[in-house]
Amino acid sequence: MVAELGQLALLFALAAALHQSVFPMLGAHVGDQRLMAGGRASALAQAAFVALAFALLTVAHATSDFSVRNVVENSHTAKPFIYKLTGVWGNHEGSMVLWALILAGYGAAVALARGGVTPLRARTLAVQGMLAAAFLAFIIFTSNPFARLFPAPAEGQDLNPLLQDPGLIIHPPCLYLGYVGFSIAFAYAAAGLIGGRIDQAWAKEVRPFALLAWSFMTIGIALGAWWAYYELGWGGFWAWDPVENASFMPWLAGTALIHSIRVTEVRGAFRAWTALLALLAFSMSLVGTFLVRSGVLTSVHAFAVDPARGVFILGILALSVGGGLTLFAVRAPAMSSDAKFAAISREGGLFTNNLLLVAACATVFIGTFYPLFAEAVSGEKLSVGAPYFNLAFTPFVFISLLMIGPAAALAWKQGRLARDAHLFIAPALAGLVAAGTAFWLAAPKSTVAALGVALAVFTIGGVVRDLARRVRPLEAGALARFVGLPRSSLAMTCAHVGLAIVVLGVIGAGVWRSETVAYAQPGETVTLGRYDVVLSRVAETQGPNYISQGALFEVRKNDRTLREVLAERRFYPARGMATTEAGVWSTIRGDIYLTVGEPDPARGWVVRAWERPLAGWMWAGGAMMALGGLIGIAPARRRSSLAAHAPASGSTSGPAPAPAE
Amino acid sequence: MKKFLASIATVGALAAVAFAANPDDRLADPELEARAQAVGRELRCVVCQSQSIEDSDAPLAQDLRRLVRERISAGDTDREALDYIAARYGDYVLLRPPVRGSTFLLWAAPAGLLMLAAGAAVVFLRGRGGTPAAEAAADHQLTEEERARLAELEERAGGA
Amino acid sequence: MRRLIYFAPLGLFLVAAIYFAQGLSRDPGYMPSMLIDRPAPVFDLPPIEGYTEGFSSEDLKGEVSLLNIFGSWCVSCNVEHPVLLAIKAEGIAPIYGLDWKDPPGKGAEWLARKGDPYTKVGDDADGRIAIEFGVTGAPETFVIDAAGRVRHKHIGPISPQVWRDVLRPMVLDLKKDEVGA
Repeated sequence: MVAELGQLALLFALAAALHQSVFPMLGAHVGDQRLMAGGRASALAQAAFVALAFALLTVAHATSDFSVRNVVENSHTAKPFIYKLTGVWGNHEGSMVLWALILAGYGAAVALARGGVTPLRARTLAVQGMLAAAFLAFIIFTSNPFARLFPAPAEGQDLNPLLQDPGLIIHPPCLYLGYVGFSIAFAYAAAGLIGGRIDQAWAKEVRPFALLAWSFMTIGIALGAWWAYYELGWGGFWAWDPVENASFMPWLAGTALIHSIRVTEVRGAFRAWTALLALLAFSMSLVGTFLVRSGVLTSVHAFAVDPARGVFILGILALSVGGGLTLFAVRAPAMSSDAKFAAISREGGLFTNNLLLVAACATVFIGTFYPLFAEAVSGEKLSVGAPYFNLAFTPFVFISLLMIGPAAALAWKQGRLARDAHLFIAPALAGLVAAGTAFWLAAPKSTVAALGVALAVFTIGGVVRDLARRVRPLEAGALARFVGLPRSSLAMTCAHVGLAIVVLGVIGAGVWRSETVAYAQPGETVTLGRYDVVLSRVAETQGPNYISQGALFEVRKNDRTLREVLAERRFYPARGMATTEAGVWSTIRGDIYLTVGEPDPARGWVVRAWERPLAGWMWAGGAMMALGGLIGIAPARRRSSLAAHAPASGSTSGPAPAPAE
Repeated sequence: MKKFLASIATVGALAAVAFAANPDDRLADPELEARAQAVGRELRCVVCQSQSIEDSDAPLAQDLRRLVRERISAGDTDREALDYIAARYGDYVLLRPPVRGSTFLLWAAPAGLLMLAAGAAVVFLRGRGGTPAAEAAADHQLTEEERARLAELEERAGGA
Repeated sequence: MRRLIYFAPLGLFLVAAIYFAQGLSRDPGYMPSMLIDRPAPVFDLPPIEGYTEGFSSEDLKGEVSLLNIFGSWCVSCNVEHPVLLAIKAEGIAPIYGLDWKDPPGKGAEWLARKGDPYTKVGDDADGRIAIEFGVTGAPETFVIDAAGRVRHKHIGPISPQVWRDVLRPMVLDLKKDEVGA
């Protein structure tokens, strides 16, 4: 019954989505308020039905209903309950229902927004309805999660053990909140283009959605990297795999969007450009979906491939992206603005940043799809992997870091690079000193790494210096000035510092790592740089649906035990798969990362030990970036002055006084 | 990050996670070992499709790791060791595609796009009005009205 | 002209979409062999346990033959095995076997249990020769002409259809050339 109800709920949701995609658009066109408001009803109905379907699928998984194929293929009675729940989205069909649920949720948020269903919102709901209808049809016709299996087997095949992990509980929902969140920006852009109005009010309405999507996407990507780092057993965190790139491209486009939309909101400039980025961010999400689920590129992550799905998603891609970009081509030329600003200004800086991000996104796109192009054109089989991307992408990161500090300190309309140059002397010196120290101390020696350190420290220094200029921490009332800073300043500072910290973490964990592999019997010691790693003992334990071989290590230095670390190998009999659970000791200086492998009867266990300096900074920095995005959404608590925001905003009489406290 | 993003994936091919290292395979000379690892990171594990052989636990990846070390120990340069494998498995195993006619666009893309971006910035920002020379131009200052609008926006929204 | 630039994103997308569509009909995992129309690598493999005769590249010369990569650990090889026996019974070309990365004795035991379709079998215990052939997995089968050159590589188990529609016609063609030469 549950499965049939779920199926029915999806069909009703599709009907609601179809209604939603037609009537509000019509209503906005003829100016009929009732038709527009009908869009609200259908958006809410759609959300309710998809939520019902999702809940029913969850029930099937939670109760191990093996008459449902999806449950059989991804669950097992012995699987811990939490993974029975998360197993709902641990597979293609279920993850599409989650996708549809989030899509419907965002649509409902637009429908319920304060101020009622304006023509802009009506059109947005309609576009959102079209997207929802397309994806619901995709689920119903190619990826039915409620398909029955008869006769029902007594036991399921279990969820891939790699996915039975705390990281997976929230990673996919975060990532999807990001991927799908950009659909709202897309729908608003299409709606704005149809209505012929992309202006400051439009930007103001879209920006929170864009920031929310971007923040979740940042969290999602960081969680994914973190999971890979500790779960896959060799400490890799980013491999430039096509599917990783699939999430990185919309992130880059979305990053450009959240910068550009700020200019549209404050100055009314970049209207067409912002609309294009809004279309682009979600287009990249769709391209990513196509890539992951069609099997056009080999990726370790690829879902079980079914050609019909690839064709269907390509159809969705062609209609939505093609439609959006056609709208853009036809309507955008009318979206010009006459806002004036100098080349050296906040606007100019943000525009340059946008071009850089789009170029970076295009580079990742070309690298990711080049094997496809090359094969189609010349029949060659090529691979484009990490060595290429590391080389090609690093310049973009470095140039961005070089620009962030100075560009973010520029005033709107007319900045003064020459006058503010002195602000960046100290950060530049700090960068040079840090780079020198890093080059001297860290192994292996790497000029590129040293340069990265210089730029990251320069960025942090520049951003902090700019903040200090506004807060004047040494003078009375600094705290009040800090609290009084506009949210946008705090958001920006937080995110930019976070980015620099991520870069430092990547350099530390990726370049400066060192490694030892050796056999060890219990009681024996493996030397890792300045540390001694003692394998204390190995014990076998029985987990709920796996057998674990746990190795307890003592990390020692100068004959003092600093920390005990447990590394595990788990064997999941249902799938016949083994996983590695690395033992990681994290400190601010870096990680000691230990794994244990196969035993050799004569010589003991294979122990692999790494030192990965600054690894934790990647996760901390990622969290700061996401926090920055979220701060940007939160409504300000109090009125803030322009002076606090940008003291050098061009007024020749110097910074205006801070508001009276 | 490998394998995760779509972690949702049904990962049949993933069985070979875990232990991409065997102490016996390591070369005693740390310099040669470092070179062998660098070469290994340039080679795609053909059974796992998207990892380098240094990162994979697949038996074939292990065989190839050994082979790379054999070649390096026998005096191959890094290039020769890579070519040796590529002669058997094709350019598909090279994670850094060779530079030639058919990969020209790929290799030119990053620099080309950077220059395109720089060019677009110059053209657009020039055409936009003010230059540094016009720095003092009064019409580039925010008007009082705009200033109030900005303050209001920041108060209400805050943001990037 | 200025308006045209607004069409650029659409144009770029359409180009990409065409490639995406083409990509759907390709198998991205398929790796063509580097050996096609080139002499098989030179090797001399020892016999598997219990056999007296090994197998070397010299054996591949003089007659059209099939070289099959197998292992007792390989699940798909079990599926393929009856087809190999049938090919042997048909007798149009000898099948040589390369026992890939089997523990000592396992390959021979597997053949004793299931029947031995091979004219000769070589033991590639460390997988070194399989690498020379660019093998990525078992089973794989190479069609080798009378001059000892590799003419075709089949990845995965040979199904009766594959034998009937692809490999058998190819072998017969090559044999015709051999007679004509």
